[in-house]
Amino acid sequence: MTNAIPAAQLSSVFKSYGDTVALRDVSLDIAPGGVIALLGPNGAGKTTTVKLLLGLAAPDSGSVTLFGNDPRRTSSRRRIGAMLQVAKVPETLRVREHIDLFRSYYPHPMPAADVFAAAGLDGLEDRKFGDLSGGQRQRVLFALAICGDPDMLFLDEPTLGFDVETRRSFWEQIRGFVSRGRTVLLTTHYLEEADALADRIVVIDHGSVIADGTPAQIKQRVSGRKIRCTTRLAEADLRAIPGVTELRYDHGNAELVVTNAEGVARELLWNDESLSNLEVSGIQLEEAFLALTGSQEAA
Amino acid sequence: MSTMATAASSPSSELLATSRNQSPLRVYVTEAKYEIIKQMRIPAFMIPTIGFPIMFYVLFGLVMPSGGNNARAAATYMLATYGAFGVIGISLFALGVGVAVERGQGWLAVKRASPLPVSAYFTAKYVTTLVISTVLMLLMCIIGAVFGHVRMLPSQWIALLATETLGAIPFCAMGLAVGYLAGPNSAAAIVNVIYLPMAFFSGLFIPAEMLPRFLQGFAVALPPYHLGRLALDAVGVEPASHAPGHIVALLGFGALFTIVALIAYRRDDGKTYG
Repeated sequence: MTNAIPAAQLSSVFKSYGDTVALRDVSLDIAPGGVIALLGPNGAGKTTTVKLLLGLAAPDSGSVTLFGNDPRRTSSRRRIGAMLQVAKVPETLRVREHIDLFRSYYPHPMPAADVFAAAGLDGLEDRKFGDLSGGQRQRVLFALAICGDPDMLFLDEPTLGFDVETRRSFWEQIRGFVSRGRTVLLTTHYLEEADALADRIVVIDHGSVIADGTPAQIKQRVSGRKIRCTTRLAEADLRAIPGVTELRYDHGNAELVVTNAEGVARELLWNDESLSNLEVSGIQLEEAFLALTGSQEAA
Repeated sequence: MSTMATAASSPSSELLATSRNQSPLRVYVTEAKYEIIKQMRIPAFMIPTIGFPIMFYVLFGLVMPSGGNNARAAATYMLATYGAFGVIGISLFALGVGVAVERGQGWLAVKRASPLPVSAYFTAKYVTTLVISTVLMLLMCIIGAVFGHVRMLPSQWIALLATETLGAIPFCAMGLAVGYLAGPNSAAAIVNVIYLPMAFFSGLFIPAEMLPRFLQGFAVALPPYHLGRLALDAVGVEPASHAPGHIVALLGFGALFTIVALIAYRRDDGKTYG
């Protein structure tokens, strides 16, 4: 019964900044529990979505709710935590002081020792923020977000600029938080990150939701490979090969987007012994977004 | 499946929830405490705002004047005017530059997304200004008494301290207005451009009476002039009968800057910086 109220919801939301349309007709229901990832390139509208849900910006039209209420209400804000993209945090306060301050904002904060442990800050409590490394600073921002022991956590590009190892250890902290039955909304432009953490991925581009599904469903649509080759096969023959989802053909130079690169390559070589310049590459996420946008327009 | 939930519980139930769960005052106290600690640990803030007024006072108020009673009069006069100069600087830099920078770097957004009342954030900055202004004034009073042989009635010392610290409040509002109108990168430059000429033309460096006549008329239109005059009244230089006019002027400027800051705050709402 309580599941009838979404943790967060956007209904037919439009939002512009001056002449720039940030979101056009976005509707999104986020059920309590688990991780939802907003995936998209820079400027897609991910951060705007987070700002609206946090009540930091108002929609031009449509409605935004948190736990069925106005996000700007103090009672809503007590149930959430937010890790935003921050250029600079006051550097002269110690980690312990930052945590102590943010804990004072909530009626039932998480014990400070638990916050340090959950964010991987043990041993750094007495360091001033200005003396921390980039990864440690992000962990403090994460700690500030979980201080209030929130039901829902917003993470806006939490691992931007991390190396692979730091990113993976940070993922563990997020998983630890989710395992307590909480809801996490994460924005990222790494498909890998969304795949590693999320139960549901919402792909957003140019202010619109262009795909929404489980990681497996999304990956199937965007994780194809690209084959380039020079061939004397006809365009229709190329298109007929199983696994080819897209084809660009120009005077014998073919560019194919395929779901199973090995199978298609085998088929190509079998049918055309003179085939040359064979090249197989992964699809860049940007191209995957284009593919998704294209397929949506075709549908 | 997707049931549209509407926000419809009354504001009064929210107020009740607040008072039940925690003392609302506690957040204000903690916020102010850490704002003071944070600010006092920034050398780039403390050295100019505390150091420069003291240095100017020592040089122009204590070292340069010479000869018995004249020197004592100068030390008393400049304790009032350089004190005003000092607290105005603290207000403009703590609020103007502080808010502009925290807003521009996204830190204010983190605060606003938290349950911290926005008013607690700004109150903390005002309280910090008052505390640091008090520290500055105590230091200057000690220096004036010990090295400048400034002698006043206890009531005059207290009046000076109260005038300078409370008189800083309109300048906090002025800083806030600048902090919201200026971008994060230009706020410090704008504050500097406003601060020094405004202090000079208000007669805080050299007495307004010594300025050319047309500039004396101009001084009345500047808020620091009125704080300087009130401080001089407190130390017994300015006739006390003029005080109500200066108080009204400062209150008027304070209200004006508060309105400007509120309009700028509204305009800024939802915009992204940095």
